[in-house]
Amino acid sequence: MSELTLTVMRLGFLAVLWLFVIVAVQVIRSDLFGTRVTQRGAARRGAPDRQQAQQRQQATPPPQRQQSGGRGRRGAPTKLVVSEGTLTGTTVALQGQTITLGRAHDSTIVLDDDYASSRHARIYPDRDGQWIVEDLGSTNGTYLERTRLSTPTPIPLGAPIRIGKTVIELRK
Amino acid sequence: MSSTSNTTTISTVGPPSRRNTELAMLVFAVIIPVFAYANAGLALSDEMPSGMLSYGIGLGLLAGVGHLVVRKFAPYADPLLLPIATLLNGLGLVLIWRLDQSRRLAQRAASIDQVYAAAAPKQLMYSAMGVALFVGVLILLKDHRILQRYTYISMAAALVLLVMPMFFPAKFGARIWVTVGSFSIQPAEFAKIVIAVFFAGYLMVKRDALALASRRFMGLYLPRGRDLGPILVVWGMSILILVFETDLGTSLLFFGMFVVMLYVATERTSWIVFGLLMSAAGAVGVATFEPHVQERVNAWLDPFAAFEKGTTDQIAQALMAFGSGGVFGTGLGQGSSDLIGFAANSDFILATVGEELGLAGTMAFLLLYGLIVERGVRTALAARDPFGKLLAIGMSAAFAIQVFVVAGGVMGLIPLTGMTMPFLAYGGSSVLANWALVAILIKISDTARRPAPAPAPSTDAEMTQVVRP
Repeated sequence: MSELTLTVMRLGFLAVLWLFVIVAVQVIRSDLFGTRVTQRGAARRGAPDRQQAQQRQQATPPPQRQQSGGRGRRGAPTKLVVSEGTLTGTTVALQGQTITLGRAHDSTIVLDDDYASSRHARIYPDRDGQWIVEDLGSTNGTYLERTRLSTPTPIPLGAPIRIGKTVIELRK
Repeated sequence: MSSTSNTTTISTVGPPSRRNTELAMLVFAVIIPVFAYANAGLALSDEMPSGMLSYGIGLGLLAGVGHLVVRKFAPYADPLLLPIATLLNGLGLVLIWRLDQSRRLAQRAASIDQVYAAAAPKQLMYSAMGVALFVGVLILLKDHRILQRYTYISMAAALVLLVMPMFFPAKFGARIWVTVGSFSIQPAEFAKIVIAVFFAGYLMVKRDALALASRRFMGLYLPRGRDLGPILVVWGMSILILVFETDLGTSLLFFGMFVVMLYVATERTSWIVFGLLMSAAGAVGVATFEPHVQERVNAWLDPFAAFEKGTTDQIAQALMAFGSGGVFGTGLGQGSSDLIGFAANSDFILATVGEELGLAGTMAFLLLYGLIVERGVRTALAARDPFGKLLAIGMSAAFAIQVFVVAGGVMGLIPLTGMTMPFLAYGGSSVLANWALVAILIKISDTARRPAPAPAPSTDAEMTQVVRP
C-alpha cells in the first residue's frame, strides 16, 4: 500500500475521530434543557418555525388578519412591557395572540408573585384589534390604573395593569 | 403556550427523548472502528482484513441491540452514553486486533512458553457478554431506587469482592484476580459499582450529620471526631487493599470515589483536604515498606534506570511509544508499541493509541472519556432523588479516577498500577463491569430526564377562586 494512501487514511481517521467528538459536543449543546431564556429586546425573526406554527394554531384571531384588519391604524400597541415586579423589563410582542398571566407554569407570562392566582388574567385582542384585559376570577384582583376590573376592559396605551406586585403596560 | 418569539419569558423546555440522535451517533460510532480496522489492515498486510465485514456486522449488531433496548426500556435516556461506549469498545477491539498481528508479541509468547492466542475474538465475545449484561440491567432494573434497598447488602458484597483476591495467588505481583480453573476475573471492577451503591445509600442517610455538625477553623469546617469514623474505615480498607493486594489502583479508586461522594453529599471542602492528606500519608507510608509498591515507585521515578537494570521496561517503552507518536502519530498498524511486550493490549493500550494516533488521537480518546464522565455528572445534576444523584456522581467519579489512574500510570505521571482503560483494554471483567456501569447511568438519566407527569388538576385552587366574594 502506498505511503500516500496510508498518510491520507491516518489523517482521515484522526479527522473522523475528532468529528465524532465535535458532533457529540454539539449534541450536548442542543441537549441542554431546563429553562430557556429568550433574548430580551431585539426582535428575533429567526425564532424556530415550530413555535411560530404553535402560535398560529393557538392565536385567537390569526395574525394575518391582525395586520390587514383594524390593527393597521396608528397608535396600536405592539408590545407588552412589564414595568414593575420581579419580571421587570420583560416584553412580549403583541401579534394577535392571547396572553395569559398567572402563576400556572403554562402562562405566557409566569408571575412569581404571592398575590397572583394561578390563572389570573388574560389580555387578548377583540375583533377590531383593540386589546382587552379580563380578570379570570383571581383572588386579589386585577387593577387597570386604580380601578379593580370586573368586566373585560379595553386597555388604553400606557395604562398600568397591576397584578399583585407586577405592573404591565402596553406600548407602541 | 409557554413561550412566544420576541418574549423574554423564561420557560421550561421539556426534554425531548433524543433516541434518533442516539441512533445517528451510533451509526457514526460503528463506522469509525470499521474504518480504523480497514486502515490497520491495509498498513499491516497491504490488504483489507478478511474479517472486516463480519466484524462490522458484529459491532453493528451489538450497537443495534443496545439501541433497541434503550429505546424500549429507557426512552428518555442520555443520547451520548451508548454511542461513546460503543465507539470506545469498537476502537479497543481494533487496537487489540492490531496488537494480535504483531510478530514480536507472538515470539515473546513463544519464548516464555505460552500459547499465543489471539485476544481480539475473545474480546469480541466479552463485548457481546458486556452488551448482554447492559441489556439485562436495563430490562431487570426497573428503577435505580430499588438499589437503595440493598445499601448494607452491597457493602457486604463489596467487602467480599475486595477481600476475595487476597486468598488467591498473586499474578504479576498483584493480588487482584480470582482464579477458578482457567477462568479468572478481577472482582474489583465489579466492586466499584457495588460500592458506589453502598456509598450513595449510606451518605444519603448520613449526610446531614456529616455536613452540619462541625466547627470552623482556619476557613475549614472541621468535622467532629466521631463523624470521621466512616472516612477512617474506608481509608483503612483502602490501605489494607494496598498492603495485602499490593494494588495501588484499586485502593486509590475506592478512596477517591468515597472522598468525591462525601464532598458532593456534604458540600464541605474539608473532606477533600482530609482525603488528600490521608491518601498521601497512606501511600507514602505503605511505599516505605512494601517491596512491590516500592519497585513501582522506583520505576515511576526513573523509568529508564529501571529499563537499563532490566527490572521493568514497560514504562520506558510506553514513554518512548508516546514520544515517537508525535502530534499525528505513525498511523494505525505502523507503530512499534508492541515492544512493550507484557500487557501491551490491556494496561498499556493507551501507549498504542499514543504512538499510532499521536497526541491528536490521545486527546480525542481522553475527550471521549471526559464526555462519558460529563454525561454522568449531568445525569447526577438532573436526577431528582438524592440517591440517584449520589450514585451517578459516584460512578462517574469511579470512571474518571480509573481513567486518570491508568492514563497517568502509562504516561508516567503517577506510579503505574494494574488497572485497565475502561472499554478500550483487553479484559473480560473490565468490559462487563463498565457496560453494567453505563447501563445504570442510562437508567438514572432516563428517570432524570423523563418529563414529570402532568400534575393533577388542583381542584382546591379552582374551588377557592369560585367561592371568592
